[in-house]
Amino acid sequence: MSTPQETLATRFDERGFFRRLSWFDWSWAAAFLVGTVYASVHFAQWMDGYEQAILYLSWVMLVAVGWMWKPARAFSIVVALLTLFAVSRYPDLQAAQNDFFLNYLLSSQSAIMWICALFPAAMVVYFAGLIANSPFMGKLGSAFTWAASGAGFIGLLVRWWESYLISPDVGRIPVTNLYEVFVLFAMTTGLIYLYYEYRYRTRALGGFVGIIITASIGFLLWYHFDRQAHEIDPLIPALQSWWMKIHVPTNFVAYGAFAISAMIGVAYLVQARFSDAWKRRGLPSAEVMDDLMYKNVALGFAFFTVATILGAFWAADAWGGYWSWDPKETWSLITWLNYAAWLHLRFTKGWRGTPMAWWAVIGLFIVTFTFLGVNIFLSGLHSYGEL
Amino acid sequence: MSTVPANAESIRAGRRSRRSTASILVGFLGSMNLAITLLVVIAIASVIGTVLQQNQPFQDYLIKFGPFWFNIFERLSLYDVYAAPWYLLILAFLVVSTSICLARNTPNMLKEMNRFREHQQERSLRAFSNHREWQTDLPTEEVEALATRALKRNGYRIRRKEHGDALLLAGMTGSSNRIGYILTHLSIVVICVGGLIDGNLMLKFREWSGDLVVETRDIPVSRIGAESRVSAGAAAFRGTVNIPEGGRAGVVFLPLRDGYVVQELPFTIELEEFRVEHHDTGEPRLFESDVVITAPELEEPIRQTIAVNHPLIYNGYAIYQSGFGDGGSRLYMRAWPLAGDDRAAYELEGRVLRDDLELEVAGQSLRLELTEFETFNARRVPGVPGSREVENLGPRFEYRLRAADGTAREFRNYMRPVTIDDRRYFLSGVRSSPAEEFRFLHLPADADDSPELFMAFLDALTSEERLREASMRAAADAMDDFGLTDRSLIPQVAASGRELVQRLLDEGFGSVMEHLRQRIAEAGGVDDSQETLVMFSRMVMERTLWEAYRDALAATGDDPQRELGGSDQVFFQDAISAMPAIKAYGAPVFLQLRDYDHRQASGLQIARAPGQNVVYLGFALLVGGIFLLFYVSHRRMWCWIRRHDTGTMVLLAGTNQRDPLGFAGQYRALADEIDHRLQDASAPVRGNNEVEGL
Ligand code: HEM
Repeated sequence: MSTPQETLATRFDERGFFRRLSWFDWSWAAAFLVGTVYASVHFAQWMDGYEQAILYLSWVMLVAVGWMWKPARAFSIVVALLTLFAVSRYPDLQAAQNDFFLNYLLSSQSAIMWICALFPAAMVVYFAGLIANSPFMGKLGSAFTWAASGAGFIGLLVRWWESYLISPDVGRIPVTNLYEVFVLFAMTTGLIYLYYEYRYRTRALGGFVGIIITASIGFLLWYHFDRQAHEIDPLIPALQSWWMKIHVPTNFVAYGAFAISAMIGVAYLVQARFSDAWKRRGLPSAEVMDDLMYKNVALGFAFFTVATILGAFWAADAWGGYWSWDPKETWSLITWLNYAAWLHLRFTKGWRGTPMAWWAVIGLFIVTFTFLGVNIFLSGLHSYGEL
Repeated sequence: MSTVPANAESIRAGRRSRRSTASILVGFLGSMNLAITLLVVIAIASVIGTVLQQNQPFQDYLIKFGPFWFNIFERLSLYDVYAAPWYLLILAFLVVSTSICLARNTPNMLKEMNRFREHQQERSLRAFSNHREWQTDLPTEEVEALATRALKRNGYRIRRKEHGDALLLAGMTGSSNRIGYILTHLSIVVICVGGLIDGNLMLKFREWSGDLVVETRDIPVSRIGAESRVSAGAAAFRGTVNIPEGGRAGVVFLPLRDGYVVQELPFTIELEEFRVEHHDTGEPRLFESDVVITAPELEEPIRQTIAVNHPLIYNGYAIYQSGFGDGGSRLYMRAWPLAGDDRAAYELEGRVLRDDLELEVAGQSLRLELTEFETFNARRVPGVPGSREVENLGPRFEYRLRAADGTAREFRNYMRPVTIDDRRYFLSGVRSSPAEEFRFLHLPADADDSPELFMAFLDALTSEERLREASMRAAADAMDDFGLTDRSLIPQVAASGRELVQRLLDEGFGSVMEHLRQRIAEAGGVDDSQETLVMFSRMVMERTLWEAYRDALAATGDDPQRELGGSDQVFFQDAISAMPAIKAYGAPVFLQLRDYDHRQASGLQIARAPGQNVVYLGFALLVGGIFLLFYVSHRRMWCWIRRHDTGTMVLLAGTNQRDPLGFAGQYRALADEIDHRLQDASAPVRGNNEVEGL
């Protein structure tokens, strides 16, 4: 991926945002629009009006992201082509075993196993690059992270297809149980990280973010082998709702951003401890890390707010009220208030640095409890993903 | 690099000397410290309600905590924390604090949105960390036009001001960030107000003032007094009601403290049909109810199907599918006595959760309470590891048998025999309290899939007279086989056979074998004739059992003299194994379900939330506000243009409080742009004197 040096543009460009888009930007967006229209017609039977709206909305989001973050275009193309290829080789579930590509690369199980290999590898390589001060290793780390996130995307998309192959009434978007959302978590965290890597032009933080992704991969593997959680089960009625399609992914953008902020917090604390050694290795300055930490908390807070509100709308449809003080809801509120306090301390009291880094790390524990702990330890209306 | 905004806080500091009590109070309530403290305190307090399950029956809490803690927790309202006075008080503090903060900062913020700071001087601009200077030959007008273009292109609004021989272009962009602040904080107040409208505070208040009495008894609606009723009105509520198919309801029940009150509805709702469908895996796939709403103001009743995630909204009332249960299915049963003299089976009929039946069995009188009935019971097919195949075991029902002393056992019986290892059994689970797991009795089904043969066999073995006859026949036969002709020994031989049968029925086959082994050992293992005798007893026992089996065949209308085959062998063995379990079964009767009329009930939740739109408005404000706050950055630029003897001096300075790092980049881009424009306009540029911060 190239890293445009926009702030050092030698020649300012007087054209507006849209004028500056290249023919590639436009044809890329057009190609995906064609795909979207095709999907909306071809799968019309399975979608209601809301789902159609969500489909087109996803296209808008994709285009917005791709136009602002150029590497996302190539990424989306590769993911789309590989997914289409996988689906074309998938007339029935049996093909997952018989077809070479599916069996080793593209069936959701294989793709997810690739994630499980690539993300930890990325962490190791990133750290090796940081310690050995080797830009090549850093690039390799990025490549692994891109590939792993792509595998995540493909794994989930193909899984979506597989669920319909099991039986049309089992078919559903694969963000409905803990197993699937762990893939989603690893993938969104990877992508958000890559965005900031691109914006801030530093690969030094990849290893730190890799820690949390690798931890989630560890859980995923345990869950897979110990609990056979990778099986696709049909949905209980409470989860059969189009709200699912926007509520869950929004939440995971937030979780990913919070996780990154915490891991940058860790990097910050490590550097504060052994300042010179790490700075020489290329960790960004304290100021930049502090800023990045804030950016991620802000992103997380914004998306978490939206996700919680979407959850409230959904609850109003499913449980008879937008707020029931169900443990998951309550812990969302706790998480939200915690980050609201964090933001206020930073903005109105001007707190910076070490205490905020610690707090970001503690914040992740609260997030983890909201995400996992509630399902494990508390009972409530949120009926998915019991361990 | 502290970036405390120049807001009311600093302004206040100057006036500290002459403050009244009121202003001190307002100052405290609107202070940032209090705000942050409140955010954290609410977060911590909220944990309580997630750790301690809320709104459970008081009885459960009492058992869990004991009377001492139960009382303390009740005092603290911990069973309904989120409606506890102290919790609401903290929330109220947050609302007040946010309102004050908002009231104090809003005027400033609005003013700031249109304040361009066009009174800056050259010297103060040079003090900004982001500034750069140029010298050019271009006339001021041209520089002005050029700078204006650059600023406008980057989204800045511009105010122009002459400062003697100099000219200041004061630019500003992203002032809607300030709107973001206002919206975000306003939304908190709006959401809390909406939430308050929808809470059950009014109900609590009426209960507290004695206007409303909590009903704790489980009695029909018609018998609930007016003091426990809330008439239909505009207030918010959220309650549930179970309606059987064909039934109707005009009220819902609102849980309150350790009981409930009745909320009347301005319409009646009738349940025509309730449906459950299942996936192949046995998981429920769909719950839906066909309901009919009738109300005086409706010309036509409303008919609609509601399902989970698809409520019906009528006139501000939202009706949700929330649960299901049995609505009084009629069960047709056959009672098989397991003890006593009269073993004739007889028919029973009753409705689930509606009728209690009296049974007289073996001199004992029992009350039968039918508690549950379900037609679909999925179970994972056993045997194949990792297989996820499931099968439907068919209808089952549950009941309690209550003895005269009040103790009860619970039973769970399946209607159809269940196949296990290719044999078919009637399963009847039993337990003595809901805390236990069911232990299942396996009664072998006969060739007609009926328990009849087993019951006849049991009867033949447990009725004294018939067992005696069977044992006599068996003894005579056995003696014939051994060539023993002394008929007078028959009763003695038969008695020893019966004794073994009795042991078998009481303690099982293992015990019999143990007993025989012991007897051989007692004989010292030397006396052959003793051993023969023991074997002989065993043979008599077995023949007695087979005689009884033939009696049972006769009793069920089968030919007792027919050749017995492998299936008889299998049934015989299963039956013998089941016999000792009958004792542990703990009931003198087995109930077989023969037929049923299924009638389901749908659990509906009905809610009215007049504050919902207020809350949703708050949500909209919140989301809008937050994105403005985070992603619109309030930036200021100043371009100072001064004519002097040798040309024109240009000074560009900028500032932003929220995102200094990001802004430094944007500033540099704008400065570069002006640089290029200046170069383009006049080929040679003199003295590009760059002074940059960061
Ligand atoms: C649940 C309650 C509250 C929420 C969710 C909330 C949310 C926020 C958010 C998201 C920001 C922006 C932070 C940033 O830009 O990164 C903010 C800023 C701010 N909040 Fe709050 N707030 C709450 C209560 C309060 C209260 C009670 C006060 C007053 C004491 C207050 C005063 C401020 C101030 C002064 C700012 C800085 C505004 C600026 O100059 O940009 N907030 N708040």
